[in-house]
Amino acid sequence: MPKKPLFLAWLQLRKEHARLLVAIAGISFAGVLMFLQLGFRGALFSSAVEFHQSLNGDLVMLSSRYRSLISLDRFTERRLYQIAGVKEVASVSPVYLNFVQWRNPDNKEIWDIYAIGINPEDQVLQLAGVAENYQKLREPDTVLFNQGSRSEFGPIAQHLQQRTSISTEVDERSVQVRGLFQLSPTFGINAYLVTSDLNFLRLAEFRQPGLIDIGVIKLRPGTDLPATLAKLKSRLLPDVRILTKAEYIQAEIAFWNTSTPVGYTFDLGVVIAFIVGAVIVYQILYSDVTDHLPEYATLKAMGFTDRYLLMVVYQESLILATLGFIPGVLIALGLYQITHLATLLPMVMDLGRILFVLILTVFMCLLSATIAIRKLQTVDPADIY
Amino acid sequence: MPQPALSVRQLNHFYGQGTLRKQVLFDINVQIYPGEIVILTGPSGSGKTTLLTLLGSLRSAQEGSLKVLGHELLQANQQQMILIRRNIGYIFQAHNLLNFLTAYQNVELALELQNSSTEEADLRIKKILIAVGLEQHMNDYPSALSGGQKQRVAIARALVGQPKLILADEPTAALDKQSGRDVVALLQQLAKDQNCTILLVTHDHRILDIADRIIYMEDGRLIPDPGLAALPAISG
Repeated sequence: MPKKPLFLAWLQLRKEHARLLVAIAGISFAGVLMFLQLGFRGALFSSAVEFHQSLNGDLVMLSSRYRSLISLDRFTERRLYQIAGVKEVASVSPVYLNFVQWRNPDNKEIWDIYAIGINPEDQVLQLAGVAENYQKLREPDTVLFNQGSRSEFGPIAQHLQQRTSISTEVDERSVQVRGLFQLSPTFGINAYLVTSDLNFLRLAEFRQPGLIDIGVIKLRPGTDLPATLAKLKSRLLPDVRILTKAEYIQAEIAFWNTSTPVGYTFDLGVVIAFIVGAVIVYQILYSDVTDHLPEYATLKAMGFTDRYLLMVVYQESLILATLGFIPGVLIALGLYQITHLATLLPMVMDLGRILFVLILTVFMCLLSATIAIRKLQTVDPADIY
Repeated sequence: MPQPALSVRQLNHFYGQGTLRKQVLFDINVQIYPGEIVILTGPSGSGKTTLLTLLGSLRSAQEGSLKVLGHELLQANQQQMILIRRNIGYIFQAHNLLNFLTAYQNVELALELQNSSTEEADLRIKKILIAVGLEQHMNDYPSALSGGQKQRVAIARALVGQPKLILADEPTAALDKQSGRDVVALLQQLAKDQNCTILLVTHDHRILDIADRIIYMEDGRLIPDPGLAALPAISG
């Protein structure tokens, strides 16, 4: 059996505990920063489309000027009923959306809440809590409140554990909260309520009946989606458009990503975290190489190639990447949990993000090593005498 | 006569460029044969170390001819120079051990470039460390060793690969009289056992007697043997 090669990179790193710990801490820090930025970015997008994903339909009709849940435009529900007769369409359902003024029943403060008006005949929203309670909305002035709302709206969930109904005001009209449902707050919407279309129009008196915000279209099972979409589009006037549910979700994400500063902010945050991490690793490797220059010169004099020495430094950078990444993931998981508790944003770690940050971390360390080893090539073995 | 292990002919060497160019070696001619122990001595700044680094393939030759173990070093490329280095055991003035490796690992490092089995390598490393008297310190880091012990590790590292040529720059400078003698005796024994050639740069008069031949250098030129009687005068 041939002799096992000496693992110089690890032996060298291991010798100086303080430096190794600083390096690991620095890389972990960069990893945590990247995870947090990506976590916020992910929470932004996943919370922004939770409503969209809950829609029980295949296609969505929107005004041609609709941009996002927080940039709405209305259209006449006649457009929706015009296509209801197409044989591939199983059902259509109008949805009203508007911010209304919610009074916190405890401290009487007024906050804007996002009201969703649905037809209680249809199961439009597939959300936990809505399916069980939406029949209660047939009664006048009843609403369902969103359990994930921020605390500014009042401890509705706690109250509902003791009572079946809570009274408060929406746009100065008295309403009964009859149940809870689950929807995360987004960067634009702090709380939701769900009510029937009739109740919606009572609460939002300024809204005209028949002018809706979203039309949810359900197709018959086994329908060819692209063909039907093309067929429906050909029958529409240009004041409305039809998207698939997936396109609708993509449009909301694209809105947040490009039409608001939020997406850019977090992207930049990831880049800054990457640079910070790269600088830390570079500093560590550079001083490591510099301190060991006489030793590397000795290795060269013994007949080791430049390539061998470069591999040692690259191996060091990969070891640092791995050792720094693991605590980074663990700390990030803890911070996700804390952030979720503080903001109710859906901060969720997924495998794709872990791999992405791992790749960024490895790339960051290799990049730093590549810059640090330029010093190594200047080593002259003749200098050691 | 067999092929010389080291053969230098009409070697000139210069430092610097343009008007700052300064000749440091002048028309060096010397042959050293396998198994010979040669001591190179002379005042500081006479060019001994420059000659040693040229012979050790650590510095590119400029003019003349320089043959080490049958390989011409003049106009050798980087890759050839690196390969020649692997046949030479070096003992440096400063011990130049790797501080993050134990004594054992430092010696093991020299076997890294040779194909040897785990058992064979282990045997050779232990044997050579015992030979230099460090059996109690095999797993110590250099920071835990005395200057003399470090130099003995460096000697073990140079010898473990059983090279055909040993180049040593002041190897006994950091050793007391007894260890200096022991090390030199070890070098001498190795030279006999393996037909190994040794070129040793030294000021240490206590070991001059082990040399088969002494070469004297002054101002970049090899000069005829001034005789041992003259040596105390050059002590530096």
